[in-house]
Amino acid sequence: SDTKVMTCAAVWRMPKELESGSHESPDDSSSNTQTLELLCHLDNTAHGNMACVMWEPMGDGKKIISLADNNILLWDLQESSDKAVLSSSAALEGKGQLKFTSGKWSPHHNCTQIATANDTTVRGWDTRSMRQIYCIENAHGQLVRDLDFNPNKQYYLASCGDDCKVKFWDTRNVTEPVKTLEEHSHWVWNVRYNHSHDQLILTGSSDSRVILSNMVSISSEPFGHMVDDDELSDQEDQHQEEK
Amino acid sequence: GGSTGGGGWRRPHGPLQRYYGPSTAEAAEAPPDPTDINGPHFDPEVFMTKVRSECPLGQLLAREAALGREIRALDSDMQTLLYENYNKFISATDTIRKMKVDFRHMEAEMDDLAANMAAISASSARVSAALQERHRRGGARAVLRHYRHLPSFRAIEDESHAIMADLAQRLRARLREETLDPKELTECVEMLLQLEEPAEELSEEFLSQAGARLEAELGGLGCDHPPFVAQGEFCVTAVREGLVVAFVRWLCRTARGFADGPAERGAPAAPPALLLLLARLCLDYENSTISYILTLTDQPVPPVPNVPVPPGHHLWSPRAPCAGSRGGAGLSLPVRGAAVAQMLRKSVETRDWLGTVEPRNVRAVMKRVVEDITAIDVQVGQLFEEGVRRAQSSDSSRRAFSVYSSSRAPGRYAPSYTPSAPMDTHLLSNIQKLFSERIDIFSPVEFNKVSVLTGIIKISLKTLLECVRLRTLGRFGLQQVQVDGHYLQLYLWRFASDERVVQGLLDEVAASAAHRCLDPVPMEHSVVELICERG
Repeated sequence: SDTKVMTCAAVWRMPKELESGSHESPDDSSSNTQTLELLCHLDNTAHGNMACVMWEPMGDGKKIISLADNNILLWDLQESSDKAVLSSSAALEGKGQLKFTSGKWSPHHNCTQIATANDTTVRGWDTRSMRQIYCIENAHGQLVRDLDFNPNKQYYLASCGDDCKVKFWDTRNVTEPVKTLEEHSHWVWNVRYNHSHDQLILTGSSDSRVILSNMVSISSEPFGHMVDDDELSDQEDQHQEEK
Repeated sequence: GGSTGGGGWRRPHGPLQRYYGPSTAEAAEAPPDPTDINGPHFDPEVFMTKVRSECPLGQLLAREAALGREIRALDSDMQTLLYENYNKFISATDTIRKMKVDFRHMEAEMDDLAANMAAISASSARVSAALQERHRRGGARAVLRHYRHLPSFRAIEDESHAIMADLAQRLRARLREETLDPKELTECVEMLLQLEEPAEELSEEFLSQAGARLEAELGGLGCDHPPFVAQGEFCVTAVREGLVVAFVRWLCRTARGFADGPAERGAPAAPPALLLLLARLCLDYENSTISYILTLTDQPVPPVPNVPVPPGHHLWSPRAPCAGSRGGAGLSLPVRGAAVAQMLRKSVETRDWLGTVEPRNVRAVMKRVVEDITAIDVQVGQLFEEGVRRAQSSDSSRRAFSVYSSSRAPGRYAPSYTPSAPMDTHLLSNIQKLFSERIDIFSPVEFNKVSVLTGIIKISLKTLLECVRLRTLGRFGLQQVQVDGHYLQLYLWRFASDERVVQGLLDEVAASAAHRCLDPVPMEHSVVELICERG
């Protein structure tokens, strides 16, 4: 029997009751178990293990990009969402076994840019031409684990990795990071910007810690903004660390 | 009613004002009139009765029509007001948004302006510094160097060099004259320094001159003194600061450079042995060498009372060598740890854990790991002291390596948690984890062998743990992890400061492997021991 373990990707529909951000937590004992409806697979038999899947941030929700081994695959979901067709792809060439670890679709530039991480390198790609736009060699001393784009500042990108660091980049000038955080004491697996307040960054690490950092100086509003009462009480509760 | 104009704010007048009426104060003063349609005490019944009795039909109808018109006018006024308010609100939001954007542009422009201003003042300072009429030798020299490429300037420069060389000659000759007093001597030397004569030579010259002169004077007094006692600001500056302190600072910077730099951005990393040596060097410097050197320097050159001398411990800022040596030791840690960790990572990533056969041996990579760590222990032991280990329990070498945390020996966690109702293993292990001591993987390293080795082991085992977590294992895969773990635990515990650290990490490896296993059936412990003994 085939004992190979393969990582795959598929598109699912969420149960209607969970849509439109309903905040009522279901009562466990009485609700019927909601199942996800499988719509279609992203066929990666030709490409290798899927590392990452990303929806186009805006638009009609029909475009998906997946990263499999050293391939970038752009999929079109058909009208009925029951089939995903590969519309274009790119492969990372080079010596050795190149493998993408993570990727992110930028919400800026009309959703035509993605960033990928392989080993210690971060690359930016144009999804229309499938060509590299920028390349950050040795972005981290070791494996890069995750990337995220600043939702409000279009050239800003955060990355994190096994060197225990979180770095912020301006993709127009990738020779040096704009800022580096060294709060974690083991590999940082995830980094996320808050979608509304881009000075807030959440990072998770295998040092068993999740850290919320306040990076005001590189946010879209470095001089502060008008705060209303709701926001004030939220901020007082948050743990803030600024570097 | 009022006219409905475009934008612009105007007070509601006409019917609206009448509707909103006089202020409450005024109204209070007026006698309560139930028939005043605009009053606060209006009573419709009373009003209707009065009007019906007083007015003829024609007038009633006219009044009704007028009332209707007024109501419609009021309504329309109100709607207009509402609409105008809404528009103002929207345009206010737009204005604020635009202001934000404009401020951002302005901010960018201000930054540019600031940068330009800084550049301008910097160049202006440079220009004025270059052109300023200071001491002839200093100022002119810089200007000459700057314009060297122009032939006319070149000639001038050459000429002035000749003049200055001549001057230096004469100053040196003067230096050797016996009739100079110390003040003139010092002046001479200062001028020579400004002419950029080599400092060491000058200092020697100066010292010997001054010494000779003093000897002569002292000889006159008939005292027995050491060969020379040189004083003066010059000595302090040149010898102490210029040589010793500068060297120490340079050493510090270099150590920092090794500590901070290499692992980044693909530059070749410094070999771990070098880093260890550097760490040891910095440690020694910090502890003893610096003060010794400075004492030595200060002895023959006692500072003049009114010349301030920076005390020794200030110049060697306490953090610097610590950082240098900590950095050195700390960096050699990840470098060494990384090498071992990388071996373990590859071994986990490339193996087929699902389809592997029943384990018969400890995997070769584990033996490599033990060998490497033993070698590191020897090497580090040559440079650093032993360090302190927690006293071992008597049966530590025969500790059972168990797959399930619930079968751990009691006393491992204090206080021990005994669930009152049966729980699944996973939840139990998570609860136990809450009460166990957290292991900090990259905790600060002390300058002793045990601390360094413990750090390396922690890094390596943590890597093993993180890699196992990402795989899917079959039953025999799990058993192989069991065998490997027991082997590591048998041979690594003696290197660590606290054997519980090794045990704890290996327990986590086992628990994670079990969690990722499709068919978690552990091997019999006696069989595990047998395999490890053979291996």
